[in-house]
Amino acid sequence: MSNGDVHGILRYATSPGSSSFAEFLSAAAPDLLPRHAHHESIPHGTTIVAALYDGGVIMAGDRRATAGNLIASRDIEKVFASDDFTLVGIAGTAGLAIEIVRLYQVELEHYEKIEGIQLTLDGKANRLATMIRGNLPQALQGLAVVPLFAGFDIDAPAGSPERSGRIYSFDVTGGRYPEQYYASVGSGSLFARGALKKLWRPGLSADEVVRVVVEALYDAADDDSATGGPDLSRNIYPVVMLASETGTQRVDDEQLGAVVRQILDDRANRPGA
Amino acid sequence: MSMPFYASAEQIMRDRSEFARKGIARGRGVVVLTYDNGVLFVAENASSALHKVSEIYDRIGFAGVGKYNEYENLRVAGIRLADLRGYSYDRRDVTARALANAYAQTLGTIFTEQQKPYEVEICVAEVGEVAADDQLYRLSYDGTIVDEPGFLVMGGQAETLTAEVKREFRAGSSLADALQVAVRALGSGSNGDAARTLPAEQLEVAVLDRTRGKRKFRRITGETLTELLPASTNGTESEPAPTDTPPHDV
Repeated sequence: MSNGDVHGILRYATSPGSSSFAEFLSAAAPDLLPRHAHHESIPHGTTIVAALYDGGVIMAGDRRATAGNLIASRDIEKVFASDDFTLVGIAGTAGLAIEIVRLYQVELEHYEKIEGIQLTLDGKANRLATMIRGNLPQALQGLAVVPLFAGFDIDAPAGSPERSGRIYSFDVTGGRYPEQYYASVGSGSLFARGALKKLWRPGLSADEVVRVVVEALYDAADDDSATGGPDLSRNIYPVVMLASETGTQRVDDEQLGAVVRQILDDRANRPGA
Repeated sequence: MSMPFYASAEQIMRDRSEFARKGIARGRGVVVLTYDNGVLFVAENASSALHKVSEIYDRIGFAGVGKYNEYENLRVAGIRLADLRGYSYDRRDVTARALANAYAQTLGTIFTEQQKPYEVEICVAEVGEVAADDQLYRLSYDGTIVDEPGFLVMGGQAETLTAEVKREFRAGSSLADALQVAVRALGSGSNGDAARTLPAEQLEVAVLDRTRGKRKFRRITGETLTELLPASTNGTESEPAPTDTPPHDV
């Protein structure tokens, strides 16, 4: 259609069939797409972990962002609800990561409003993979963004084993990998994964898994300088979120404070831990 | 050599208006009205897949009557405009007034410049923090925009239906009462037809509920809807609704 035929708001409606907000944005306002110039001291975010529990999935992220050897932020949030049933946590260049999450949230809501139904859980994971792949040129310049995605599969039939929490990890090229029990990304992820291996068991309750993920982040912060540990004096705790059949929910600081104090007590009694 | 055919501007506009009005009048009606917790949309719609009512943004809803492909086109464009504004500024910067203005401009241009006007009438509604801030905009095929207080009716037999709703509408009534007013109006007979009782399957009902979280739009379907409807419409046999005449002619 030539420009002369397009009327006002309808220039936004001239390509029927696409329910993707990101595609629409790249045509209508490409300058709004997440993009950054290369710069030395850009804040980076660090460790994200996710693990299944008996009614869904839990994701947690530490609160530190670093710029070189400096701490750029003590209370940054890197775990978000991407819609009613899914969570996304991002490690990597903080500004870019937060912008990609914001675009991803609009992407899911946009699809749901235009189509009248939500994407399936696999569809949501694939969409995120495509967006990460779109960031590959920046990733090669050192501005990598690597997400962890988790959600509850509400489309699976009631009673089937698929009707549960699921976790996907990604790489910078947009590779998408379903994970079975737990996963971690970011600079402290090796240490977090070691902790998860020892602490996680099938069939744990939500409260038990909250302790597991907080302890995994504690181990990551213990050995990785770019991951922040819980800060009791400032009341800064990891962001911990659940996705279950009833939706997403953030674990409040009161519960996290109790969990953190318990972990510290247990470790104080176990020198070497 | 043939003489160029002359028609006055008045005649052309009158013809186009009549054409659009005829198309709109073939569809079944939609009633949009305020209640104590927000805005209620009630459409007579036998299809559960092709919607007349939709969510646009956090606090904004949409209803359309007339030719499906035309109001669907406007709906999608509205969602895109709203998401674009919300993404580039902030979610609170998306308003029904701006959206209604965009629709008005577009419909006005199409009415004067295109061979055929859009055979649609649409409503853009926004729910406020308090009832006084609720807004209902009615947009007609020619770009006319009206800010309606309390309620509006669109579609076939709109005048009869408006009279019905006007008689019974009370500002600040409960959801069940508002729904009853709308359903009774939609089922009311005109031209001597007997009043019909509309069952839940023939209704598309949604609300913008100010008590909800971020996204205020919610469809009311299934059991929730049946429970809200007055007892007389539950389980009674009713005649099948006449389907929408496809608003299409040559």
